Amino acid sequence: MSDTATHSTLTGTGIGQGVVVGVVARMSDPLPEPQDTPSSRTVDEETERARASLSVVARDLEARGKTAGGTAADVLEAQAMMAEDPMLSEIIDESLARGTTAERAVFEAFASFRDQLAAMGGYLGERAADLDDVSQRVIANLSGVAAPGVPNPDHPFVLVARDLAPADTAMLDLDKVLGLVTSDGGPTSHTAILAREKSIVAVVGVTDAATLADGTTVVVDAAAGTVTAAPSDDQVADAERRIAEREAAAVAPVTPGALADGTAVPLLANLGSSAGAQAAADAGAEGVGLFRTEFLFLDAGGSAPTVEQQREHYTRLLQAFPGKKVVVRVLDAGADKPLPFLNDAHEENPALGLRGLRALRASEDILREQLTALADADKATEADLWVMAPMVSTVEETRYFVEIAREYGIKTAGVMVEVPSLALLAPQVLAASDFASIGTNDLTQYTLAADRMLGSVAALQDPWHPAVLRLVGEVGAAGAATGKPVGICGEAAADPLLAVVLVGLGATTLSMSTPALVDVRASLLKYTIDEARQLAEIALAADGAAESRAAVAAAALTLKEAQS
Amino acid sequence: MAERTVRIGSSHGLHARPAKLFTQAAAASGAKVTLAKGSGKPVNASSILGVISLGVDFGDYVTLTADGDNADAVLDQLVELLVTDHDE
Repeated sequence: MSDTATHSTLTGTGIGQGVVVGVVARMSDPLPEPQDTPSSRTVDEETERARASLSVVARDLEARGKTAGGTAADVLEAQAMMAEDPMLSEIIDESLARGTTAERAVFEAFASFRDQLAAMGGYLGERAADLDDVSQRVIANLSGVAAPGVPNPDHPFVLVARDLAPADTAMLDLDKVLGLVTSDGGPTSHTAILAREKSIVAVVGVTDAATLADGTTVVVDAAAGTVTAAPSDDQVADAERRIAEREAAAVAPVTPGALADGTAVPLLANLGSSAGAQAAADAGAEGVGLFRTEFLFLDAGGSAPTVEQQREHYTRLLQAFPGKKVVVRVLDAGADKPLPFLNDAHEENPALGLRGLRALRASEDILREQLTALADADKATEADLWVMAPMVSTVEETRYFVEIAREYGIKTAGVMVEVPSLALLAPQVLAASDFASIGTNDLTQYTLAADRMLGSVAALQDPWHPAVLRLVGEVGAAGAATGKPVGICGEAAADPLLAVVLVGLGATTLSMSTPALVDVRASLLKYTIDEARQLAEIALAADGAAESRAAVAAAALTLKEAQS
Repeated sequence: MAERTVRIGSSHGLHARPAKLFTQAAAASGAKVTLAKGSGKPVNASSILGVISLGVDFGDYVTLTADGDNADAVLDQLVELLVTDHDE
């Protein structure tokens, strides 16, 4: 460990939990900006050149789309349409009429749209990369040079790029790509989506990724969000040990979630429709910790689904988990996910508006219909149905929901803890309800006042923050005092080390997306409840999210070394 | 000229795939179709860049216009695309 500091470690946002050791292959750098000098050709000649290159690139992108298939095909087809866009060609024609070169006219036309998209930020901002990619391809074709593209060495490699466009990822030989490191792009970029889809180890948004030279050996650690260049032998050995552990865990028998001392921590699945129920059960999910009902309502179009449609869907879900717990969340909609029959008002600040239980209370018939369908499905099946309300912020709202659920014969009714006020009053909340389930994504958003949809404040959206963990601890302590279950159903539960901390803070069950079950199950088995509590104390004492994560990781390593 | 105002049904708004499907259909219709968000400036509906850069989100109101003989039929088909949820 002594020489760690001499090796350069870069940080970014890790996608998934994997780690990999490999040699860097860089994607070639973007083409230089075409000079703004008058053309020596006639306007007609330049127009003809521009048309021809735009068309060549459009056909090429279409062909790549056909080869790629899947979601990549849609994006590539959209890019092909961008190359021959009528508004774009108007702008190009205007520049050409002034006597500029085709290269410069194409560059400026794409740049004008790109800047508009980038200024909108978020999802659209990240689509600006798609446009840059088309622009580069057209300019490369005009200049008679190769389009900047992905490297294709004959050995496995870690791809380092500014960001990957869909056209690049479609051309990647994924069998050779050990890992992905990008300097740009956030958790919703194409690179991140690809990495998740294909289970490739990736760290995105690594600001200094440009310093990684071709041929350098790197350790890419998605769990820690780090890229270590020229790692020491110890660091490589540590990474290889973790790779072996992950491989072993993936084929380990599926056991109920538990700590090293046998303390049971049931592992549940987060589901958005009854379609994923069987896969979750196969992966060892001991029930469902969060069943989201929004899609049922979004799919129904302009009106709420009927009681009959809902009953049928809930029955299918409950049938997959006989004798097991299934926690259904009633409709969670608001101005961010508006449903015309629920909330028609425009809100400046949807996250703080009429959403979740607040919206249902304003349209109580929708809540009553949903509870009717749930109670019917419960009677018709063997599962243990629990029902909870989202976006609850007061003890009074807790009582309101529990009472109305009881009217329909719902045996176990609880609330989601997403708003700090509810966590701070956890003893009163748990006295009024049967259980609490902590939604860490919203709890983090509200605790740190950082919009979870906004890339520019994404760094604050980190559930390792001790302020968030302190609130989790309040609920955990109240759960222990009242003997009521406290679940976690946010992304935080899918982070294997944070999962241990959450149990140390008093969480009694963890719910996550199905693919995360394997890593979390393996991680819990390494620590006793006393160790989990020690790690929780360390996390709570930290100054911020990064410090909390680093201190717990270091302490966890020390605990394990002391045992071996 | 025919005109319709509808609310967007795609949960991720009129970006990416829904925008592509919509512009493809608008271009294929052969009619001159425009799209405007709220009371904003209309864009050529067969321009994917124009459509994407409107930044249309789920629940936004948009206005379509079309010229030509079968303008009403064209708009019927395009409205159907706009109110459908293409995203999961």
